[in-house]
Amino acid sequence: MIRVIWQCLFIMLAATVQADTLRMAVTTSFENSGLSDVLLPEIEKDTGHQIQLIVVGTGQALKLGQAGDVDAVLVHSKAAEIAFVEAGYGPYRREIMYNDFVIVGPVSDPAGLGKITTAVDALHAIAAGGHLFASRGDDSGTHKAELALWEKTKMGHGGRWYRETGSGMGTTLNVAVAIGAYVLTDRASWINFGNTGDFQILFEGDPMLFNQYAFLPVSDRRHPHVNARAVQEVETWLVSAKGQALIGQYQLDGQNLFFPNAEPRP
Amino acid sequence: MLWPDLLEITLRSLLISLGATVIASAIAMPFGAWLALSRFRNRRWVIAILNALMGIPPVAVGLIVYLSLSRSGPFGVLGLLFTPTAMVIAQVIIITPLIASLTHQICRELWFEYHDLLISLKTGKWHRARILLRDARRGLITAALAGFGRAIGEVGAVMIVGGNIDHATRVLTTAISLETSKGNLWFAVSLGGILIVLSVIVSLTVHGLGKTERGGRW
Repeated sequence: MIRVIWQCLFIMLAATVQADTLRMAVTTSFENSGLSDVLLPEIEKDTGHQIQLIVVGTGQALKLGQAGDVDAVLVHSKAAEIAFVEAGYGPYRREIMYNDFVIVGPVSDPAGLGKITTAVDALHAIAAGGHLFASRGDDSGTHKAELALWEKTKMGHGGRWYRETGSGMGTTLNVAVAIGAYVLTDRASWINFGNTGDFQILFEGDPMLFNQYAFLPVSDRRHPHVNARAVQEVETWLVSAKGQALIGQYQLDGQNLFFPNAEPRP
Repeated sequence: MLWPDLLEITLRSLLISLGATVIASAIAMPFGAWLALSRFRNRRWVIAILNALMGIPPVAVGLIVYLSLSRSGPFGVLGLLFTPTAMVIAQVIIITPLIASLTHQICRELWFEYHDLLISLKTGKWHRARILLRDARRGLITAALAGFGRAIGEVGAVMIVGGNIDHATRVLTTAISLETSKGNLWFAVSLGGILIVLSVIVSLTVHGLGKTERGGRW
C-alpha cells in the first residue's frame, strides 16, 4: 500500500519537473482558432522551449501574470494591457498580430443588421428592438470591447434581452445559437466554431471592430522565478520573419484568421 | 484530437484519480475506523462536520487549493500550480471526507457485532481498528470506488488548479468542457462515454482483485 502511494507521488512529481517549459496564459481565440497548434511545435523546434498554454479570458490571463503564475501572457485588450505595464507587472507590451470582431446572429436577422454600416448603430438597433443579445460577461478582451461599444451607443444594456453568460467565447456562442441571440465574437473563434446552427456573420468591417493581440512578458523583477530568457527568445521568434509569416499564412476554410503586424522593438 | 492524445488524456485521468483515491483512502479509512471506536466529547460534531464535508463543492476546494499554490499564495514557492500534483491534492481534499464518512458508517455497524468479543480479548484501540478495517474490506472497496468516481468525474476543481494544459494537465473532464466550448458536441459526448467505460473497468477490476461479487458468495 505504502509503496503504491510512493510510486504515485513519484510519477506526479516527475511530471512537474520538466526542463525548459514555459507557461503562457493566452486568450481563448489563440487556441480555439488552431493557430497555437501551428506555432507551438515550430517554436519548440527553433528555440527548444516547450510552451504550456493556460487558455483563459484576457482579464484572468492578466491576473495570472500579476500573481506570477505564468511567464508571459498573450491577450487582446489594449487599455488593460497598458494598465498592467504601468502597475509594474510587466516591463512592456509587444503587438504581434490582429484580426477583427464580428457580430453573428440568426440568419433571419430580426434587427436588420444587414442594412447598417457602423458597429455602434448595429448594437443600437439590437437594443432598441429588444432583440436577444448574448454577452461574455467575463472581463475578457471581447467583453471589454463589447462594453466599450455599448458605452458609445449611450444606451443602457441591462434589459431582459441582454444575457450575460459569464463564460468563454465557445460557451457563449453555444448559448447564443441555442436561444437565437446576437453575439459579438472575434472572427477566428467563429470560423473555428463547430455548432453554428443557422447562424452567420451579420455585421463586419467597421474599423471600430479592430482587435489587436499583444505579447506581455511577466516582470522578472517582481517574480524572480519567471524564465525571462526563454520568454525573450519566444518573443523574438513571434516577431521574426518566420513567426510573422506563419501567423499570416494560417488559414481555415480558405480565410485568414490573423494578420501579423509586429513593429520593430520600441 | 488524435488517438495517442486520447490515450494520453485517458491514462492521465486514471493515474491522477487513482493516486488521489489511494492517498485519500490511506488517510480516511484509519480515521473513519478510529471515529467508530472512540468516544469523546465533541464526537457528534466531528461526525456532523464530516458528513457535511461530503457535499463540499469541488469548485470551492479548487479555488482554495489554487489560492494556496499560486505564486502569490503561502505555498507558491513549491511551484505546484498547474501541475498534476495540484490536481491530486484537490481531489484528495474532495474525496477524503466522503471515504471517511462511509468508512465510519461501515465500521460502526461492525463494531456493534464485535464490541463484546474485542473488549473481552483486551485488544488495543489500533488493533481493534485493524480488525474492523480488515473484516469490513468489501464495504470499504465500495467506499473507495465512490471516492474514485467522484474524483474522476470532477471538472471544476481540476480545471482551476490544473489549467487544462495540453500534454500536461488535460484530463477527460476538462477535455469534455473544452470540446463543448468549441461546439464539437458529439465529440464531447464520446469523451463522456469513455469516462463511463473507464469507471466500469476500474470497478470490475477492483471487485475482481477483491474476489467480491462472485457467484455463490454473499
